This record gives sequence, structure tokens and C-alpha cells, in this order.
Amino acid sequence: MKHRFEVLVSLKPGLLDPQGKAVQGSLPAMGWTNVSNVRVGKHIELTVDAGTEGEARAQVEEMAARLLSNPVIEDFRILAVQEVAG
Amino acid sequence: MSRTPRIGVVTFPGSLDDRDALRAIAFMGGEGVPLWHAERDLAKADAVVLPGGFSYGDYLRTGAIARFAPIMEEVRRFADDGGPVVGICNGFQILCEAGLLPGALIRNRRLRFVCRFVDVRVETSLSPLTEGLVPGEVLRIPIKHGEGQFVAAAPELERIEGEGLVVFRYCGSEGIVADEHNVNGSANAIAGVRSEAGNVVGLMPHPEHAVDPDVGPTGGQALLASLLSNALTRV
Repeated sequence: MKHRFEVLVSLKPGLLDPQGKAVQGSLPAMGWTNVSNVRVGKHIELTVDAGTEGEARAQVEEMAARLLSNPVIEDFRILAVQEVAG
Repeated sequence: MSRTPRIGVVTFPGSLDDRDALRAIAFMGGEGVPLWHAERDLAKADAVVLPGGFSYGDYLRTGAIARFAPIMEEVRRFADDGGPVVGICNGFQILCEAGLLPGALIRNRRLRFVCRFVDVRVETSLSPLTEGLVPGEVLRIPIKHGEGQFVAAAPELERIEGEGLVVFRYCGSEGIVADEHNVNGSANAIAGVRSEAGNVVGLMPHPEHAVDPDVGPTGGQALLASLLSNALTRV
């Protein structure tokens, strides 16, 4: 059975995010002056072929911890699992 | 007469400074040994250098994919065994990703790629690159990177400082550490760190680009000389 996952990777809260800061800095120039706390992360989609959703999720957890994110600086969340055909 | 130290230099897909590293090692009197990322053989090298560049296009995170290259298993074994391992720029990023060095390197504070000479202050002589150097010594060496901001969570940073793992800091020409000299916004102006055991060291500046007086400052000479002598002290 194939399972579709989305993984969100974000910089840990305490760490300064230079990209987020740059994005936030450019917003007032476009007229949006009420925006704060912009943080830029990564969104990764992947499909895992495994027996059960639980097995697939456990594998995604491990992949997210070992490769998709760097635990020294990043947190991750697994979102929106769904079964896919074929 | 002692033998010539053999210094392995790993080429990953996207490495750029492997040739400069090999040339600098030869310039300093060592034997540079080219190593290939897909192999599992360090060719009896006395020390290993992971050079600068953009391995695997810096996809995902700098160094994140290179750390899983087959040769990295051997590099880890060699490091665990006490062998001297040096990561320069992208090599530093790879060693952090591999967990062989503490901390991580993220996008520069001002988001710009920075390419210039900097002054760095030696903080400890307990590393393969700084053996025989005096803490406080200032070296002029170039940097060229977009993701060289050294970061670590607060408790980890405290540990890195407390255990004396900082090897280099960005500074002024007189050795003063100040924000204006911190080219990429690194925590505590850290330009290089070592492992707890002391045999693994990584730094963002490029000593291999600073050995030949014909092309500029020679701040890298002392570091590579240290590496060559350190490489021979292991049996």
C-alpha cells in the first residue's frame, strides 16, 4: 500500500532565521506593515510503499530525523498522510 | 629523516577545492592523495581533508547528502580511531552534518555570499591544524561561502565554549573579536571548532588558498604545516 506524506521542516524556535528576516524586511515595502515572526522552512512530499500506515509513518519519522532535518538546528512535523492508488 | 606524510583529500560530486588542497599539501612538503567519495578506502592516508565546494549541489542542507557517501563510513572509523580529519568550508559543513563536529552552519546573517580575506584568531593549540601555534595568534586567510554562520542551541554553545572546542574566531587584524569582524554572524564569532577528542577540526576559512606567497597572504601555511607534522605523530 502506498502512503503519501508531507513533512514540514522548520528552524528551531531559538535560532535566528536569516531568510525569514529578509522576507519580513521586504514586506513593508509592499505595504504590509503588520507582519512579524516570519520563519522560512521546507516542505517535503514523499510516497512510501509499506504494509500499514503505521509502518510507513515510522519510516518517515526516521527519515525525517536522520536526513530530511538536522536535529541540531531544525524540528520537523509529519502532515496529511493519505493512501494513494497504484 | 622522517617520511612524507600522506594527506588524503576526498572528492565528492561538486567539490571544488580538492585540487587546491592537494596542491597546497604538496607545496608544504606533504603528499596529497586523491580519494573518491564512492570508495571505501582511505589509501593508507595519515590524515584526511574534506575540501570546500558544493557537494551534491548543497541540496536539502549543505553537507547533508555528502555525509552518507560510502567513504564517510571510513572517515568516521578513522576519526573514531584518533586519525586527524580536517573539514574546510563545505567539508566543515559535512562534518557537522555527520555529527563528527558540534553545531551547524546556516545561511550568512546578511544572506550574501562573502568572498574576501579575513583575520582569524587561533583559540587553542589542541587541534591537528593548530598544534604548535600559540592561542591569540592572528592568521589572514580567505573565506568564500554563503552558508557559514555557525549556530548551536544555547546549552550546546555553552558546552562548546566550556570544553574549549572553539579553534578559530573571526577577528580584526590585532586579534580583537568584535561584531564588525564577524563576517557571517556566527555565534560568538566562531570560525572553526574541534571534536571533544580533538582530532577532528572544521573551519570555514580556506587555508589551502593561503600558502603560496605569489598569490597573496600565507596565513594557511602554519595550519597545513601543523597538519603535516600532526599526521606523522600517529603510529
